[in-house]
Amino acid sequence: MNIVLQFGWNDWLQLCTHFLSLSLLAVGGAITTAPDMHRYLVDQQGWLTDRQFNASIAIAQAAPGPNVLFVALMGWNVGLNAGGLWHALLGVLLSMLGIMLPSSALTYFASRWGHANRELRAVRAFKQGMAPIVIALLIATGWILASAHGDPAHDWPLWLTTVVSALLVWRTRLHLLWLLGAGALLGWFGLI
Amino acid sequence: MNSASDEPRSQPQSLTDLFVSFTVLALQGFGGVLAIAQRELVERKRWMTNEEFVEEWAVAQIMPGPNIINLCIMIGGRHFGLRGALAALAGMLLVPLLLLLLIALLYAQYANQPGVIGALRGMGAVAAGLIVATGLKLFPALKKNALGMGVCIAFGASCFVAVAILRWPLAYVLLGLGLVACTLAYRKLKA
Repeated sequence: MNIVLQFGWNDWLQLCTHFLSLSLLAVGGAITTAPDMHRYLVDQQGWLTDRQFNASIAIAQAAPGPNVLFVALMGWNVGLNAGGLWHALLGVLLSMLGIMLPSSALTYFASRWGHANRELRAVRAFKQGMAPIVIALLIATGWILASAHGDPAHDWPLWLTTVVSALLVWRTRLHLLWLLGAGALLGWFGLI
Repeated sequence: MNSASDEPRSQPQSLTDLFVSFTVLALQGFGGVLAIAQRELVERKRWMTNEEFVEEWAVAQIMPGPNIINLCIMIGGRHFGLRGALAALAGMLLVPLLLLLLIALLYAQYANQPGVIGALRGMGAVAAGLIVATGLKLFPALKKNALGMGVCIAFGASCFVAVAILRWPLAYVLLGLGLVACTLAYRKLKA
């Protein structure tokens, strides 16, 4: 199913504004605001199909680079629906500008302030207090990704792959791309 | 494992160095760039120690926006001000974006091929392992923490259970647990 859109300047502005409004809410990454993007882009405006929305996230997760680029793909697909390659590029530009600008500006100034005041007791307490939490958060993120593997009794090769790669990265200096390549090969030949 | 902390420090040489380093870093990150970031920034380039990485990461995590992007803005900004932040940001986004658009164009044709689906699944399984390992590697950075190892483990375990098992929203966990942990750290630092 394809959609063809008539896009005016007002629509482009609304696209950008929507991402601007989500930027500062995206604590923990832009992906946490994906449900609201779906509500707006797919349900309310009808600018993207469900399939395009899901593919945008899946492709960006699988491709190299920061996951936030899924927002660029959404802009790209809205642009394609609105009339072609140049529209798609404009969509990429406006959606990325929207999602990145407010949070990046805030981070830039906050981290400068934090560095200038790094001897303050409150700043030191913040960093020391958050350290165990963010480390645990990493392990939790890995856990959540791994539990998408499914039932351990049936999908044990996937779980085993995760455990072995975790041990190798933890204990050796093997280059990470070898591991990813090995995972891709095993998957390609249907072994995991 | 902790040896990276004891060896001589280095730092980005120029805006080009920042741009290239973050491009290389981003292009290695399948399914997220964080595992690569620790490996590249701490172990290979030695721009920071494990302890510093955890501290910066805490800020990058608590600020809105993609945490890896926040981290690159902070590092770029630390060394070369606004221009550094922009160079690092451009490195993180520009080439990966072009590559992604190319992949998106190709994906339409190969999305249903079993080999491609399998390869993506395999890489996903490895990527999960990479992230877990990064957490394990950063763990020793807590040895110098003012809270003490026991309290750190208690906070870490609560965070893991809340996020991974109970699946509570991240923002609440960060704010709730974070507030308690930071208050405790504040009181410890006084002594």
